[in-house]
Amino acid sequence: MAIRISHAGAAAMALTLGLAAPGAALAEWQPERPVELVVSAGPGGGSDIFTRVVQAALTKNGLVKTPLLVVNKPGGSGSEAFAYAKDNPDSAYKIYFGTQDAYVLPLTTKVNYAYSDLKPLAAMVSDVFILWSNPKTSGINTAKDFIDKAKAAPGKVRAAGAKAKDADETVVTLIERATGTDIAYIPYKSGSEAAIQVAGGHIEANTNNPSESLEQWKAGNQKPLCVFTSERLADKTVIADGMSWADIPTCVEAGIDVKNFLQPRTVWMGKDAPAEATAYFTDLMKKVMETPEFKEYAARNVQIVKFQAGDEYKAFLDQQIANYNEIYKANGWLLPSQ
Amino acid sequence: MGNFGQLMDGFAIALTTQHVMIMVLGVLLGLVVGVLPGLGAPNGVSLLLPLTFTMDPISAIILLTSMYWGALFGGSTTSILFNIPGEPSSVATTFDGHPMAKQGEAVRALTLAFTSAGIGALVGVLVITLLSSWVANFALRFGSPEYFAVYFMAFASFIGMAGSSPFKTLVSIMLGFAVATVGMDTISGEGRLTFGLGELSNGISFLIVVIGLFGIGELLLTIDEGYKFEGVKAKLKLSTIFRTLAEMPRYWVTIVRSALIGCWMGITPGGPTAASFMSYALGRRFSRRGKYFGKGEPEGIVAPETADHSAGSCALLPMLALGVPGSATAAVMMGGLMIWGLNPGPMLFSTRPDFVWGLIASMYAGNLIAVVLVLATVPLFAFILRAPFTVVGPLIAIICVIGAYTVANHMFDIWLALIFGIVGYAFKKLDYPLAPFVLAVVLGDKAEDAFRQSMLSSGGSLNIFFETPLVATMMAIGFLLLLLPFIGRLFGALLGKGNAAEARDGRPA
Repeated sequence: MAIRISHAGAAAMALTLGLAAPGAALAEWQPERPVELVVSAGPGGGSDIFTRVVQAALTKNGLVKTPLLVVNKPGGSGSEAFAYAKDNPDSAYKIYFGTQDAYVLPLTTKVNYAYSDLKPLAAMVSDVFILWSNPKTSGINTAKDFIDKAKAAPGKVRAAGAKAKDADETVVTLIERATGTDIAYIPYKSGSEAAIQVAGGHIEANTNNPSESLEQWKAGNQKPLCVFTSERLADKTVIADGMSWADIPTCVEAGIDVKNFLQPRTVWMGKDAPAEATAYFTDLMKKVMETPEFKEYAARNVQIVKFQAGDEYKAFLDQQIANYNEIYKANGWLLPSQ
Repeated sequence: MGNFGQLMDGFAIALTTQHVMIMVLGVLLGLVVGVLPGLGAPNGVSLLLPLTFTMDPISAIILLTSMYWGALFGGSTTSILFNIPGEPSSVATTFDGHPMAKQGEAVRALTLAFTSAGIGALVGVLVITLLSSWVANFALRFGSPEYFAVYFMAFASFIGMAGSSPFKTLVSIMLGFAVATVGMDTISGEGRLTFGLGELSNGISFLIVVIGLFGIGELLLTIDEGYKFEGVKAKLKLSTIFRTLAEMPRYWVTIVRSALIGCWMGITPGGPTAASFMSYALGRRFSRRGKYFGKGEPEGIVAPETADHSAGSCALLPMLALGVPGSATAAVMMGGLMIWGLNPGPMLFSTRPDFVWGLIASMYAGNLIAVVLVLATVPLFAFILRAPFTVVGPLIAIICVIGAYTVANHMFDIWLALIFGIVGYAFKKLDYPLAPFVLAVVLGDKAEDAFRQSMLSSGGSLNIFFETPLVATMMAIGFLLLLLPFIGRLFGALLGKGNAAEARDGRPA
């Protein structure tokens, strides 16, 4: 009897082991060499800081044993990084960090890679966009003031942002279309440069990630008019003039019918990267999100924290690409061949 | 005198044994990075960044800035010894530094460069200590038209002072603009002059241009001249260092003028590169020995070095107060700031005075330590020049090729550097000036962006450049600098023949 039971037990154990084996192998894969964290931006940029925070969180908390090297590949608006993924399709030691640029670049620009050269791992956080003004110099206190001004003088009211045909200009074109206005968009090299122009009273408004204008808000040189999200931000810490992030109206509330415009911070690998490596790194990114360093980063940048991976994430990406296709088609920014 | 009290608190933070050790370590690392082929300050600082994650922000920023000072000094070293500028801002140092080194006076050239750089940096820190609260607000007054006016002044001072024929200067500037145009255009978001090459889509790195023009170009020229480069004559006397130090007070006019230009260009968005070029150009114009500039003239080293470092120090303040980095290295350091949990911006001064004033105090100490350390390395570096050309020549070639490759790990860049080497050789042979070309490469796209942003802003009206007193004054000074040689000649003609001849002599061929 006892023997029989132990037989059955052994069989059951063998069965579970057999079933669990692939899972165990997946969990056991560990990098044995230094891992390259490839950034689609130059040192100091938003994606660079994101990557270095991940690097710091992993190293400080001992989540990986091998060294992590941050490699900047900013060439061709970041397409250099993703072309590098195309050249190393099966590497288990190269992870790519970017934004929506990974799937938006091939729509507008001739690049040396296709979206299909990348394997999506995860999106970790999303940057939100806010419309700012300097009320002291422009007299613009609300989103309505801004739109009224733009309607009164078509093509004369200016909005600053980072780069041309990128996220900021996209937001401005969305505002124009939603309100029937004509705004003069002026591109600067970075979001902080654009913020300074508004803070100094040279330009009426700008669109920006919260952290890029935070300090100017505290100093009273900038004021947030509305945020491009479907719901108000959660952070209730008072920043300036008794106002917190949560007190900023959504743009829909404020009368600009642009619902949700986010910039996801995305992580990728080459299209033929080994499954156990992608599983390992996806899991690792999830662990990063629990570290104090990363939580502090997300809080400081007033980001929307939402870990996305797997099939649901792929569906999200497809939806994103379709959205961008539509917006860029309307703006006339798509590559002629598409 | 509130600033003074805060500075004293800063010194209490910066001058602990631990921080002084960090400064020494940072400066030494920076020197190595600055001298080593192609590594350069931005790469060095980003390599070091992960180490700082576990440090407290003050120690971390002291380490990174000390490394930056060290790298700047290292960059001047290669400018003088090998004619390869390590940083954009040390290009102007090659004009007189390298000829002086070739004449066997490398020790003197290095000492002059390091000492004036140290003085410049200290003046810069002094200015930001006194004016810290005012500078941040002043910088906010700079919109695109003001940016353009600052760049215009730099270009105007250079065109106005140019040595060779105005036509050749113009050609040189135009070619420089063409090179600056390559790559992604900020305003339209389109690639320009990339010929469908992915490697060109991010523009041509300034480092590739100078490695080619100066390093390889000089090498070709030396070979062409028949191996005249004999470093053996280089005198290697320690006493030369002290004699040169004693010589410094003689250049006080140049130092004061250069430091003023440097501080102005550092506080305004001109930056160290524009400052060093402008200071060199104005030095040539106003120095009594101006006609000897370019042939190994001490003032030709003192002027750009003082301005470069005073601008570099002054530029740190708007960077902290506005959160806009002025250089690649500064961008990496700012990234570090955010990872350590600090937000650069106007409020940093009130929320973290210990950090800001600790940093400012460390700039006094760090620069002093850097000057002493680099002066101690002078004999070592000068020794390199004693090797015969058959040894140094190939060494320079290797430095150039590795340097070109490390900028972005592109094989393509090596070919590009070789092409620029031939361009540099041709320029020298045909007697076209290189300096305006380099200035146009460095500032061309910034000036263009500022101009087009102004035009977008004003709806195409040029009046925007004369609307406010600030921008109008700067534009007026720019035009004055541009026309100075003609005004000078006019006066010369009016005052009689003798003076006219002198005015002509003042413009070396």
